Amino acid sequence: MTIESAIALAPAERAVNLIGADLTEKSLKLHLEGLPGVDAVGLEQRAAALGTRSIKTTSKAWALDTIVKLIDLTTLEGADTPGKVRSLAAKAVLPDASDASTPQVAAVCVYGDMVPYAAEALGSSWSNGSDNGINVAAVATAFPSGRSSLPIKIMDTKEAVANGADEIDMVIDRGAFLSGKYGVVFDQIVAVKEACRRENGTYAHLKVILETGELNTYDNVRRASWLAILAGGDFIKTSTGKVAPAATLPVTLLMLEVVRDWHLLTGEKIGVKPAGGIRSSKDAIKYLVTVAETVGEEWLQPHLFRFGASSLLNDVLMQRQKLTTGHYSGPDYVTID
Amino acid sequence: MTENDKALSAKVPSFLDYAPAPESTSVLHLKKHYGLFIDGEFVDGRGDAFSTISPATEKEIASISNANSADVDVAVAAARKAYDRTWSKLSGADRGKYLFRIARLVQERARELAVAESLDNGKPIKESRDVDVPLVAAWFFYYAGWADKLDYAGLGPNPQSLGVAAQVIPWNFPLLMLAWKIAPALAAGNTVVIKPAETTPLSAMIFAEILQQADLPKGVVNIVTGAGDTGHALVNHPDVNKVAFTGSTGVGRAIAKSVAGTGKKVTLELGGKAANIVFDDAPMDQAIEGIVNGIFFNQGHVCCAGSRLLVQENVHDEVVDRLKARLSTLRMGDPLDKNTDIGAINSKAQLDRIRELSDIGEAEGSERWTADCPIPENGFWFAPTIFTNVSTSSRIAREEVFGPVLSVLTFRTPAEAIAKANNTPYGLSAGIWSEKGSRVLAVADKLRAGVIWANTFNRFDPASPFGGYKESGYGREGGRHGLASYLESAGWAAPAVTKGGKK
Repeated sequence: MTIESAIALAPAERAVNLIGADLTEKSLKLHLEGLPGVDAVGLEQRAAALGTRSIKTTSKAWALDTIVKLIDLTTLEGADTPGKVRSLAAKAVLPDASDASTPQVAAVCVYGDMVPYAAEALGSSWSNGSDNGINVAAVATAFPSGRSSLPIKIMDTKEAVANGADEIDMVIDRGAFLSGKYGVVFDQIVAVKEACRRENGTYAHLKVILETGELNTYDNVRRASWLAILAGGDFIKTSTGKVAPAATLPVTLLMLEVVRDWHLLTGEKIGVKPAGGIRSSKDAIKYLVTVAETVGEEWLQPHLFRFGASSLLNDVLMQRQKLTTGHYSGPDYVTID
Repeated sequence: MTENDKALSAKVPSFLDYAPAPESTSVLHLKKHYGLFIDGEFVDGRGDAFSTISPATEKEIASISNANSADVDVAVAAARKAYDRTWSKLSGADRGKYLFRIARLVQERARELAVAESLDNGKPIKESRDVDVPLVAAWFFYYAGWADKLDYAGLGPNPQSLGVAAQVIPWNFPLLMLAWKIAPALAAGNTVVIKPAETTPLSAMIFAEILQQADLPKGVVNIVTGAGDTGHALVNHPDVNKVAFTGSTGVGRAIAKSVAGTGKKVTLELGGKAANIVFDDAPMDQAIEGIVNGIFFNQGHVCCAGSRLLVQENVHDEVVDRLKARLSTLRMGDPLDKNTDIGAINSKAQLDRIRELSDIGEAEGSERWTADCPIPENGFWFAPTIFTNVSTSSRIAREEVFGPVLSVLTFRTPAEAIAKANNTPYGLSAGIWSEKGSRVLAVADKLRAGVIWANTFNRFDPASPFGGYKESGYGREGGRHGLASYLESAGWAAPAVTKGGKK
């Protein structure tokens, strides 16, 4: 090993507890590479089997409402305007104007500069750091590529938190991860977590985006998930939505297995957020089944599971309308954003 | 929490109690009574008709004709006539056309066949829908392709069909076993008299309708229903050239004795007590799934089921804990519900045997654990059960239970795993779980079993030969090897050519 590998890493409580106080690049590498392997064929078979569950009638009604409650309603475009963000916030508060029984979504997810508009537009529905209401989530750390220096990533995060972001969706440095520099990735997550600290000492929730579409193997996804948890992530998230493939059922299943194992080991509950590519209620229900049968139903709550999605909400609303009225209406009967 | 809140939360059903999602039986147009299928027509049997019931409800589904030895004579005669006059005279390409047609009709009527199979056998609809019926179609497609390529079956040029094949199949995969038997027999140019198991004749009756639909020449396939007597009459019939049997080792042994010296060609696919070996470097989550699939697939009514779990001792506790957690999520109940994982035990007799052997397991000192799942009131049910602290001499580690019962044993070294895995009178299948490719290959090389799965279990493909060592039988089914059971090389019958002194 090089001398570099003996450099101690930033202390993160979970990693120190599990691996030891003398946390080094080398001890981290040994730990991550010692995790049991993943058999790709078997994992995909299991995911496919979970996808064949048939969710009908009352179960379906419950599932549709739950999906709405778990959505991070997202707009992450260069062309985003304050107007679009306000419209999104209004939809988050009242997803279906024709049916007041529709629950509210979990959060709106925007770029950092849009946080003030989102918070303002949510008005009294904004959670503002409390447990009630709709959160504002901001992507940060040079989203989506993560290609900038650590100080800039920290600034990016601090600014979003100062603007009122309740949750930070950060990206990991995939280049560093793939070249085996787990310590770099670890240190960055620890630093960003610290940047999530508000003046009053509380923390904005940190979701760590692994960008599984760039990690290529399931073994990598398992290591990256474990790494993100060790470094202090509150949530592990599949993708930015800017890289294909984004969230897939096998990848999400694997991340849920990591979360389940972490819970068995420490009693601590970590959240999972598949993002990108989940567009239909049918697909989203497969994810609910996978969560319930892997980590348990308890995870089907906004503080432990989210969908990062934009078009999914409208499909769920149409399905809800179908369940209530008995017939399909069509995309013109739900608002576009 | 107030009393009212408590009442409310008690009322909220768990998401995991998925609402019922039964597959509709409206696709099924069953007759009240099914006759024997002889010479292209349904005819009544001479024996006393019997009823076939749904093992999940114990309700009668239909009454079925019983073939006595006179009926078997008629069926064999029909098969002989069809062999002499039509089937052996058709070109391979033309035989292939019929098989392709059957395969497509199976696909067209897949839902109907799946519902019938689950109703009659008790297996969950997700298995009959996603495994049994698709494999049935795949088997006919595969052997349809072989029909005009028999020169490449490895038996030299122009191999010859045998004549009339007598086939007796079990109740665990009624339609799939029928396909395994009929498809290669017909592709090779033989005609068939087949006897489905007495508890599961229903899908074979629908298959007979498919044969009529496909316009298969009369007498090429004849289906005689009945119990052991019918099977006995069939395999001992003097005019059959080939006997193929899948079922218990006891019956297989009797068949081997009775056909000895008759010149009938025989393949036997019998019992098993497969070892599923989990090394400490296994992909753990997938290994757990594989163990579950290995022994709880089809309620464990699988001859190649991974019924002996051999776990490396340093991961034993972890594997058992994870396995119990996973088994607790299995859903037992109505076979026709799309969310059912474990269906009904096929018959009262089988349930009694599973209970008896499980009780013996407990009496012999093994530790029994049974998943906590509600048992329906009617029908035959056995909740997923695992035994730990099982010794190699224990009867549940030696005898085939043929039910959802897993025996867990440990090993320390690869050599011990191999020795324990091979220490059985059977040798049908085995499984190996390890992320290390070289270990998988080295261990597989030393296991005496016909099928070895690495990092998976209970996967079937028509291109892959299947069959056993020792008391698991002889002959291979599936793949090119499966054709050899229904053909003989052209040179076989004419040794005179080589005797003549010509080089």
